[in-house]
Amino acid sequence: MTRSTKSSRAYLYVVFTFLYLPIFVLIFFSFNKSKSRNLFTGFTLDWYRQLFQNEMILRALVVTLAVAAIASVCATILGTAAAIGIQGMKRWSRFTVMNFTYIPVINPEVVTGVSMLLLFTSLRYFLNFNMGFGTLLIAHITFNVPYVILSVNPKFRQLDNSLYEAALDLGCNPTQAFFKVILPQIMPGITTGFLMALTYSIDDFVISYFTSGTSQTLSIAVYSMTRRKVSPEINALSTLIFAAVLTILLIMNFKDIRSENSKSGLKKKGAERI
Amino acid sequence: MKLFKAKAVSVPYLIWMAIFIIAPLVLVGIFALTDAEGSFTIENLSGIGRFTPVFARSIWLAAIATAICLLIAFPMAFAISRMSERRQNLFLMLVMLPMWMNFLLRTYAWMSLLENNGLINRFFGLFGIGPFQMINTQGAVVLGMVYNYLPFMILPLYSVMTKIDNSVIEAAQDLGASNGKVFSKVIIPLAVPGITTGITMVFVPSISTFIISRMLGGGGNLLIGDLIEMQFLGNSYNPHLGSAMALVLMVIVLFTMSITSSIDSEELEDMLI
Repeated sequence: MTRSTKSSRAYLYVVFTFLYLPIFVLIFFSFNKSKSRNLFTGFTLDWYRQLFQNEMILRALVVTLAVAAIASVCATILGTAAAIGIQGMKRWSRFTVMNFTYIPVINPEVVTGVSMLLLFTSLRYFLNFNMGFGTLLIAHITFNVPYVILSVNPKFRQLDNSLYEAALDLGCNPTQAFFKVILPQIMPGITTGFLMALTYSIDDFVISYFTSGTSQTLSIAVYSMTRRKVSPEINALSTLIFAAVLTILLIMNFKDIRSENSKSGLKKKGAERI
Repeated sequence: MKLFKAKAVSVPYLIWMAIFIIAPLVLVGIFALTDAEGSFTIENLSGIGRFTPVFARSIWLAAIATAICLLIAFPMAFAISRMSERRQNLFLMLVMLPMWMNFLLRTYAWMSLLENNGLINRFFGLFGIGPFQMINTQGAVVLGMVYNYLPFMILPLYSVMTKIDNSVIEAAQDLGASNGKVFSKVIIPLAVPGITTGITMVFVPSISTFIISRMLGGGGNLLIGDLIEMQFLGNSYNPHLGSAMALVLMVIVLFTMSITSSIDSEELEDMLI
């Protein structure tokens, strides 16, 4: 047994080295004095300074955050309403709607991106608009909504319907009963859906690439930077993003451990589902 | 029993879905079957025959990447699933952390490692071997796919393996099964749903990528995704041909998913949460 745990530990180290080495190299060279990606010539923070003076990047950051925030709020409202409505549908229509909902999840991103580009260019024959922030936003809402629906739906399956009945018996009208009984029960699903929409939005490149027109998100800016002359500003940007992600995850994990300790393992089922 | 019903609130979504999910796909179909003047033709679809090598290369490279991911991820997911709960959470976080970094940056990191005078070749140089041509090869493209999509294989495998009770494994051992037998007769059969989901989740993005091939494969290793992109935004502008290619790509993906027994809806929901 000890031999197998030792070898499995060694294996884990190898795979994690594979996963993290490139990222650490990237971070290391963000402090490099020269532009070389291979030779370390001395420590500097110049690339960070230049990054914060790079207007293209800063503007792209604002666009990314604005699109992600607006799109995930809209998608959460639209998706939650959709999930509520879908519950009341007959089996067959629910099946049909859900299958269409899966399309953006299952379809290759490049196909989703191209198909929306086709829609927007076709609509431009009839309507007068330019591809830009608006089309980007529509695209993001479209690929975010399914994730909200998919995370709210299971909550409806776990719903205790007798509570809703009890609320009605105690004099609530259906609307009151919805806001006081059903909504709190599906709230965890709504929150998960919102967070997923937010992260997918921030991270998206392919669909934005086809639908953003004149406006630029951070990932599109990164793409154009890797195509042009390479500058260690990208390394600096990666370092900052990595630090941000790490901080968020550590905070989330810390909260988890604290709530786990206070509930002493009662949450086992929840933890299993990641 | 009174059930809460409010079908009407889903109407905004249904309208949205019709305009922004269904209509675009219908347009892809229409464009694929028409020429620039708008009259019906199957020339776009039949013209794809010229690109058979690209399609074959995409399928081949994506299949290799998927197989490598499965080989790396299987022992990994199993090892994690046998840890204490707190360590499981920690290691899952470590698996997911790189995923949260934009994949362009992750791929960019490999660009500088694989260069002819990059760090890996410098390392080989210390021992007097090399330099090897690594960037702009098919191997680099496969490496990029494996690196980017490995977590998509680990996570579904982990989520089925964590449900395998240790007592099941012990029972098999008590009944005289060797470690290899336990693996092939108990663990692998119980992990099949995770394997099929993982295969789909690695194969589909691998076969449709156009960034990884462009950044690590140079100009000579184009994939389907690159071809499609070039028909819409690149220099060989032809959305009709591009739509036909997108249609074929969708068929390939659907075919893959029907082989891997299509993700069942509840499973997908469970995995996402």
